[in-house]
Amino acid sequence: MEEKVGVYICHCGTNIAGMVDVKEVAQWASEQPNVAVARDYKFMCSSLGQDMVETDIKKLGLTQVVVAACSPHMHEKTFRGACQRAGLNPFMFEMANIRELDSWATDNHAAATQKAKAMIKGAIARVMLHQPLEALRVAIDPHTLIVGGGIAGITAALELANAGYPVYLVEREPSIGGHMAQWDKTFPTLDCAACILTPRMVDTGQHPNITVLSYSEVEGVEGYVGNFTVTVRKKAGYVNQELCTGCGICEEKCPKKVVDDVFEAGLGTRKAIYRPFPQAVPKYPVIDVKSCIYFQRGKCKACQIFCPPGAIDFEQQDQLLKLQVGNIIMATGYDPFDARRIPRYGYGRLANVFTSIQFERMVNASGPTGGRILLRDGATEPKSIAIVHCVGSRDENYNEYCSRVCCMYSLKFAHLVRERLPNAEVYNFYIDVRAAGKRYEEFYHRVMKEGAHFIRGRVAEVTDAARTPDEEGKLIVQVYDTLFGAQRRIPVDMVVLSVGMESRHDARKVVQQFGLGCDMSGFFTERHPKLDPTLTMVEGIFIAGACQGPMAIPETVAQGGAAAARVASMIGQGTVVMEPIKAHIDADQCSGCRVCNTLCPYNAIVYHADQKVSEVITALCQGCGTCVAACPSSSITGAHFTREQLMAQVEGLLWDVRELEMTE
Amino acid sequence: MSEPYQPVIIGFLCNWCSYRAADLAGTARLHYAPNMRPIRVMCSGRVEPDLVLKALREGADGVLIAGCHPGECHYIEGNLKTLRRFVLLQRLLRQFGIEEERVQLVWASASEGTVLAAAVNRMTEQLRAMGPLRWRQNVLGGNGHGPAQVVSQPVTLASEEA
Amino acid sequence: MAAKQKPKLAMYWAAACGGCEISVLNIGDKLLAVDEAFDVAFWPVAADFKVKDVEAYPDGYIDLCLFNGAIRTSENEEMAHLLRRKSKVLVAFGACASEGGIPALASLTTRQAIFRTVYLDNPSIDNPDGVLPQPISQVPEGELRIPTYAETVRALDQVVPVDYVMPGCPPEPHQIGAVVEAIISGATLPAPGSTILGAGNSAVCDECPLEKHEKKIQRFYRPYAINPQPGVCLLEQGLVCLGPATRCGCGALCPQVGMRCAGCYGPLDGAADQGARILAAIASVVDAGNARDDEAALMHKAQEVMDMLADPAGTFYRFSLAHSLLQRARVADPPPSPREAAPAGKEMHHETHHD
Repeated sequence: MEEKVGVYICHCGTNIAGMVDVKEVAQWASEQPNVAVARDYKFMCSSLGQDMVETDIKKLGLTQVVVAACSPHMHEKTFRGACQRAGLNPFMFEMANIRELDSWATDNHAAATQKAKAMIKGAIARVMLHQPLEALRVAIDPHTLIVGGGIAGITAALELANAGYPVYLVEREPSIGGHMAQWDKTFPTLDCAACILTPRMVDTGQHPNITVLSYSEVEGVEGYVGNFTVTVRKKAGYVNQELCTGCGICEEKCPKKVVDDVFEAGLGTRKAIYRPFPQAVPKYPVIDVKSCIYFQRGKCKACQIFCPPGAIDFEQQDQLLKLQVGNIIMATGYDPFDARRIPRYGYGRLANVFTSIQFERMVNASGPTGGRILLRDGATEPKSIAIVHCVGSRDENYNEYCSRVCCMYSLKFAHLVRERLPNAEVYNFYIDVRAAGKRYEEFYHRVMKEGAHFIRGRVAEVTDAARTPDEEGKLIVQVYDTLFGAQRRIPVDMVVLSVGMESRHDARKVVQQFGLGCDMSGFFTERHPKLDPTLTMVEGIFIAGACQGPMAIPETVAQGGAAAARVASMIGQGTVVMEPIKAHIDADQCSGCRVCNTLCPYNAIVYHADQKVSEVITALCQGCGTCVAACPSSSITGAHFTREQLMAQVEGLLWDVRELEMTE
Repeated sequence: MSEPYQPVIIGFLCNWCSYRAADLAGTARLHYAPNMRPIRVMCSGRVEPDLVLKALREGADGVLIAGCHPGECHYIEGNLKTLRRFVLLQRLLRQFGIEEERVQLVWASASEGTVLAAAVNRMTEQLRAMGPLRWRQNVLGGNGHGPAQVVSQPVTLASEEA
Repeated sequence: MAAKQKPKLAMYWAAACGGCEISVLNIGDKLLAVDEAFDVAFWPVAADFKVKDVEAYPDGYIDLCLFNGAIRTSENEEMAHLLRRKSKVLVAFGACASEGGIPALASLTTRQAIFRTVYLDNPSIDNPDGVLPQPISQVPEGELRIPTYAETVRALDQVVPVDYVMPGCPPEPHQIGAVVEAIISGATLPAPGSTILGAGNSAVCDECPLEKHEKKIQRFYRPYAINPQPGVCLLEQGLVCLGPATRCGCGALCPQVGMRCAGCYGPLDGAADQGARILAAIASVVDAGNARDDEAALMHKAQEVMDMLADPAGTFYRFSLAHSLLQRARVADPPPSPREAAPAGKEMHHETHHD
C-alpha cells in the first residue's frame, strides 16, 4: 500500500519560526519521498492546527502523520487524539521536537534549520514503519492491599472502605498505628498524637470493609494491575484471637521483661508476651519467641495458666494467605537514622545522649517516665538540654537530603522542655530552621519567645571531657557558632539528637518484591515528583507517606487520601487501559536461551520449561525495551520501538551525511 | 572550503531522564552545540549496539547515549545493562579503530539540562578535533563494499583470450 | 543433442579452505543421487573444466551453482560475476560466501599488514629481497598477471545477487543432503532472494541439549581455560558461546562436546549484525556491581569483567564480519619494512589495470 505521510511544521509563534526557516523546511518536506502533503502553521496544537491534520487525513487519506513542533511530552497526546478523531490509528504518528531540542537550544539559524530537516527526515523514515496499535484493557479486582498500618495506610484504608471497597491492611507489627503512635504531641498544633490517631485506628479495626492483618508480612507478589496475587504470612502470635478478650492479665503475669527496642525505642521495657502499647489495634497480644521463657527453655507458661478464656496457644502456626487484589498501596513508612553512625555525638556511649524518638517516649505521659523529662538515672531533671538538629541529614557523609520534619519536632521539643521544666535552658543547634508548613513559622517564633536559645552551627562533637570546672559532670556541645563567629562549648545535662528519616532497612528487598523502583536512599520512586507523587512506574501499585520520602503527618495523610482516590477511580471504572508499548516474544523464533529471563525488573518474562521458550506477560511489561535490545536471536519485538523503526530513524537523521547511492 | 567541519552526533536519549534534561535545556534557552541529532527511546536499556554501529556506518561522527543515573532508572536497572553493553562495545570499537571519544555514555537526570548540554558541547569539540569519521566514504569507500582498487565489473581474463 | 539433458551443477571455491567441498562429499550415498541427477559443468576440485569452458556456456546454462568461499581477490570477484551470469540458481554455500567467514577477518587489518606477516616477517619464509606479490610482473616468457587482493573481504551477495544461502562452516552434510534431495525430487523451493536453505529459524540453543538457567555471568574464560561442567549451558559457565545469536541447523554439534559455538551458521532473521546481537546479549547478563554502587565503582566493575573477554571483534564476528555493519576495521597501514623491496612493477595499492 502506498504510504502517504502528512508533515506539519509548527511555527509556535516565533519560538520555532524565529530560528528555523519553517517555510523552507515545509517546502523541502513536501519534496521528500512518500510525503503527500507538508504544511507549516503558526500553532499546530490549536484547534485550527489539529483540524488541519484531521481534514488532511480524511481528504487525502494520509496513512501517517509527522508533526514537527514542541516536545512529545507536551503534545504527543494532543496530536494522537487528532489522528484518532480522524479515523487514523493514533500510533501512526510521530513528533519531531524542533523546539526544545532545536530552535530553543541554539542561536545558529542555518544549523537549526539543518537539524530540523534531519529530525523530520528521521521522523518520516520511522513513522513509515509504525504499526497500528491498540491499547489494552484489563479488568480490576475491587480488593485493595495496603502494606503498612501507619497513618498513611490507615488513611488510605478508611477512604477506600468508606467508599464501599474491600481492603486488606497488612502490618508487620502486632498493632497498627506506625510511628505516629509513639509521639506525644504533634507540631504545630500540639495535638496529642494518640488522641487524633486512636479514633482512626479503632475505626479501621472495626470497619466491615477492612480486614486488618496484623503481625503479618507480604511474602510474594505476582500478577499485574487489576489481578495481583499476594502471599501474606500471618505470623503466629500464639494467642487465639477468637478467644482473647484483651484483658491484659497475661502481660501482667509474664515474668520476663525485656528492653522494648521498637515502640519504646530502647528507653522502656515490655514483657515477652506483649501489646506494643495500650491502645493497640487489634488488641491481641503476641508472644515474642526469642524472649519467652517457655519457647527458650520449656518452662513457665504463666500466661497460659492465668488466661481466663484459655486463649494462649503455644502450638499456633504461621498462616500463609493468598489474597487476590486489584491494586496495592505501599505505606511502609520509614526508619529513623541510627545515631550510632555518628560516634562523636556520643549516642550509645554517653548516658544522657538520647535520640528524638527516645525523647518522644520520655515526654509521652504513657511512656517509660510517665511524661517526665529525666536523665538516664531515671530520677534527675536536667537543668539544660541541647537539641541537635540535622543528625544524619544534610550531610554528605550520611544522607544529603533534608529530612523535613526534624526542625519542627526539634522546636516542639524546645517548647515541651520550656513547658515541663520552666527553669531549664534549652539550646537548639540548627543549620537552617525549616518551618515551611501552615503555622509552622509562627510556631517557631512562639518557641523563640518562650526563651529557647538558637545557635546556628552544625554540632561538631558531644563530649564529657571537661576543660573547665563548670564543664565537669556535663555533656559539652562543641559547635562553631556561625552567627557569633566563634567556636563555642555549651555544657548541658542532656543532649537530644534530632535524627533524620531514612528508608526502611529492608526497603530494597521490598522494592524487588513488588517490582518498584527506589532512589539511592531507598525511598520509593514516584511516577512524577511534581504531578504524580503517589503513583509508581508499576501500574496498580501506589505509594503513600514516608516510604516515598521524608514528610510529616499532613503530607502523609494527603498522600494516603490521594492514593486511595486513584484506586477508587480505577475500581469505579472497572477496567484499566494500558499503553501498548510492550515487548513480545515470537515463540517460534525463541530458542529458550533464557538470556532475557533475568533482565526484567517487573518479572514480566516467564520461562516455560515444558516448551523451552520464554514469554512476556503483556500486562506486566512496562515497555522499557531492555529485553528487546538483549535478545540474541532477535525474537523479542518492542512495539513502537522496533529495531527497524529505530534503524530507519538513524538513517533519516543522517540524511545529509550518508552516501547518496545505496545499494544495500 | 571555508566552512569548519561540523561533526554529526546521534544522541539516544531516554524518555524519562535525559530526554527531559534536553527538554529542560531548551526551555531554559541554554544554547549548546546543534550537532547532536536526538532519538528518543523509552529507556537507555533499549539502546542496542546495533543502533550505535548503524549510526557510525551511516555517517555519524559519534554517538551519545544518555540515560538516568544508576539507581534512578525509571525502569529500575535498564541503565545498568546499557553501561555493561557500552563497556564491551567500546572494547570492540577500539579493535575497529574507532576512538573511544566517538561513542560516549552520559548520565543526566531530568533536572540536569546543563549536564546534557555540557556533554554535547564537549563531545562536539572532541570530535571536531579528531576529524570526520564518515565510515562509508572514508573507510569502506565506494558503495560501502570495499575500496576502489578491486574491479567491480565483469571482465574476461585477458590472458586466456587468445 | 537428442538425449534428455541432465541439469548442470557447478561448485566453485573462492577464498575458501576446501571444507565445503569435503562436506559435500560427506553426504555419503546421496552423492550417487547427485551424480545421477546432475551433470557437472564446473568443479575445480573434482573435475577438469577450465574457466574458458564456463565463459563459453550460454547464460543460465548452469542450473545450480554452489559457490563457496569469500570474495578476496579480483579473481574471486570475476568468477562471482561470471558464475552469476552463467547460472540459473546461484547459492552462497557455506559461511564464507554467506557472511564472509574466517577469511573476512582479514578486514580487521590491512592488506599491507597481512603481506608483511606472510611474506616478510614469518620466520619460515625465506625472502631476502623482500618481494611482495605484484599484480603484473615481467618474466622471460612475457607479462605475468596474478589476481589483486582487496583491502576488504566480501560475502558473495555483496558482489552479485544471490538466490539461496546455505550457511555453516561447513554446511552440515545432513543439511546438504536434505537440500539436494529436495532439488532432485523437484520440490518447490521457497522464493529466491538470499533465502536461507538447510538451516532453522531459531538459534542454536533450540537444538542444544545443555540445560539452560537464568544467566548471570561473573567472569569469562578462554575456551581452553576450563573443563566445562557437562550438561550445563556453556555461556553460563563463562565460555563465550555464540549459540544464542547463531542460526540453528547444525544440531548444536559443538556445545554438546563442551566446545562453545563459534557462530558459523551466521545470524538469524531480524539481526542486522550478528556480532552486535551476541554482544548485547552477553553484556546484558554480566553480573558486575549493583544499583547501590557509585557510578565510578559500577564502571570499574563492568570494565574488570569485560577485560576478561579476549578479542571481542574476532570472537563476535568470527564468521560474519563481511555482513556486519562496520564491515572492516579502520586501521592504518603499517610503515614499510626495510625488508620490502623497491617495487619493480606496479604497486599493489594501485588500481588494477586490465586491458
